[in-house]
Amino acid sequence: MAALRLASLLGQRRNGHGRPLHWTDVAAYAYLAFGVVLMFGPVLWLVLSSFKTQSALLEFPPSLLPFAQVEVTVSGQQQKLPLFRATLPDGSVRELAQVRRIGLVAQMIDPADPSQQFRVAIDKRAPVRRVALATENYSEPLQRFAFLRFLFNSVFVTVVATLITLLINSMAAYALAVYAFPGKQAATLAVIGTLMIPMTIILVPVYLVVTELGLTNSLWAVILPGAATPTGVFLLRQYMLTLPKDLIEAARMDRASEWQIYWRIVMPLTLPALAVLAIFSIMWRWNEFLWPLAVLTKTEVYTLQIALNAFQGELQTQWHYLLAMTVVTLIPVALVFVFLQRFITTGIGSTGMK
Amino acid sequence: MAELKLTGARKSFGTIDVLHDIDLAVKDGEFVVFVGPSGCGKSTLLRVIAGLENVTGGEVHIDGERVTHLPASERGLAMVFQSYALYPHMSVRKNMAFALENMGLKPAEIETRVARAAAVLRLTDYLDRKPKALSGGQRQRVAIGRAIVRDPKIFLFDEPLSNLDAELRVATRKELAALHAEIGGTMIYVTHDQVEAMTLADRIVVLNAGRIEQIGTPLELYNRPSNAFVAGFIGSPRMNLLPATVIADDGTLRLTLGGREVAWPRAASGLAAGTSVTLGIRPEHIDLAPGTGMLAATVDLVEHLGGETFIYASAPGLPQITLRQDGQSQFTRGDAVAIRFAPDHLHIFDATGAALARP
Repeated sequence: MAALRLASLLGQRRNGHGRPLHWTDVAAYAYLAFGVVLMFGPVLWLVLSSFKTQSALLEFPPSLLPFAQVEVTVSGQQQKLPLFRATLPDGSVRELAQVRRIGLVAQMIDPADPSQQFRVAIDKRAPVRRVALATENYSEPLQRFAFLRFLFNSVFVTVVATLITLLINSMAAYALAVYAFPGKQAATLAVIGTLMIPMTIILVPVYLVVTELGLTNSLWAVILPGAATPTGVFLLRQYMLTLPKDLIEAARMDRASEWQIYWRIVMPLTLPALAVLAIFSIMWRWNEFLWPLAVLTKTEVYTLQIALNAFQGELQTQWHYLLAMTVVTLIPVALVFVFLQRFITTGIGSTGMK
Repeated sequence: MAELKLTGARKSFGTIDVLHDIDLAVKDGEFVVFVGPSGCGKSTLLRVIAGLENVTGGEVHIDGERVTHLPASERGLAMVFQSYALYPHMSVRKNMAFALENMGLKPAEIETRVARAAAVLRLTDYLDRKPKALSGGQRQRVAIGRAIVRDPKIFLFDEPLSNLDAELRVATRKELAALHAEIGGTMIYVTHDQVEAMTLADRIVVLNAGRIEQIGTPLELYNRPSNAFVAGFIGSPRMNLLPATVIADDGTLRLTLGGREVAWPRAASGLAAGTSVTLGIRPEHIDLAPGTGMLAATVDLVEHLGGETFIYASAPGLPQITLRQDGQSQFTRGDAVAIRFAPDHLHIFDATGAALARP
């Protein structure tokens, strides 16, 4: 069924039903497939790796799927024993459980018949593996690590900062789009000009300001400095410029106050651009690293991204936890994308073109 | 319901003067139409009245109260925009209720007013639709509805019919006239279409290049245009305006017209010999006979409309002359005809375009 649909989809291009694809179509699909692999490959690799055990992660050559060695319970043994496929001196191959390993020789028993014992050279046995998800990568840090605390911090920062950003950016954009006042052009240029100043340049001065205000180690220190974004003001202003002037004048004739015009007429009509800005803001805030790292030093105010950094020690990195928690932190922002992505296309389309 | 008075109203955008010294008084309950070619300042004048533009000089009074510097929202006027300017995210009901909510009326009162306006405009079935789900004519009615629910002092219309197709335009025009008869408000209506002006107005204000050319009832303007501009603008097809030179004006007006001498008995109005004048004559006041007569011409084009016929004829040395004949004419292209003007309906404009007093 799916294959049929795919075939009909492919057939719709250019040639109609039943015709072979033109070579340009083949090239286009190949290019697109390459793009999918390029974009989606690392994410897939991350997700698969997050289910690998610590030892499997360090294995070389790496495997694509998360494998784990099979362990069996053998009567007479307290612990579960790892299962190997051993080549015996007579040439036969049997699946044996390893009891212990002494130097280059492993002492093994047959799980079916524990009375039979074998001594096998370690290069004569290969572990029996099956695909297994190391879910403990997820469950252990979620229990030990104050994940909910960090999640709350991240969600709080993202939601509050996005709301503040939408509100003040749209107000600035409204003023720059709707009113005529002396210096409007200069103000617009100044806003756009700040786009050219990267965060790293102003990191130290902003840090000093935040410290003076006594905001360090408070989530507001993360939320407030970045609330007014030139990108947002510019994006919303450009969109608001496309709204018919008649609507605003009609509202004035309808005795609406300036606040009502902004809130009841302009804001609802700017929704596509607001959605785009909201998506951007959520992504920025959720993934923000450098600035929170600078101003948040106490564990209880860590956001997820900073907390993830804690898995990366000076001497050792707990890759299995790091990868698993990275996947967890990706989920919310991926969901935001899934539900709001149609606004991105319509919003960016209408902000740019009209 | 209110009166409007403009005294010496001027408007400039930078160095460009759009309106020059406009003096205008609109009486209570009057339907006044501003008409003029595009760029004549008629929409700017309406926006000045609305308060959407500030005057550069002069005064605006509504009901004797000076509102010159009052913002649009406080003048108590309602406006219907050319683009309708319906709020696209609100239903028809919300569109009409928006102004009433801003006025702080009670929900029950708002509901009654919206229902009443919807009934008048046959919009009751569409109250919960969004504007984009309405046809052009329905949107137009919503825009009017949004104005009438407010019971404003003055209704302002900015070319409200220009986005409708010809048939709907005629229908809506009649509805507007009926609406004015019914609710009787003071209405100011801007259009570039002189047919709309003629059919709707109690009084027409003809504007040109930011000045009022003439104010009068439709028939006054039609019968007694005060200058060549108004004469040419009012009436469709246009009045024929023919350049001529005075030979004598002594009870018989003798003129050179297209190289021929023509003469009519007419009370002397002191035109010196050799003065250039413009002769104005409406298409329906020209007679046509086969052969040669007062002015020989050749038929260029005949438009048969069934009930009437328009004939375009050219005479040497003159612009093309338009004639209107009742019924169906037998003339065809290329016919040599004789043109005769009805002397009682002749308009004479001096070199500045001002009309000479008619006998």
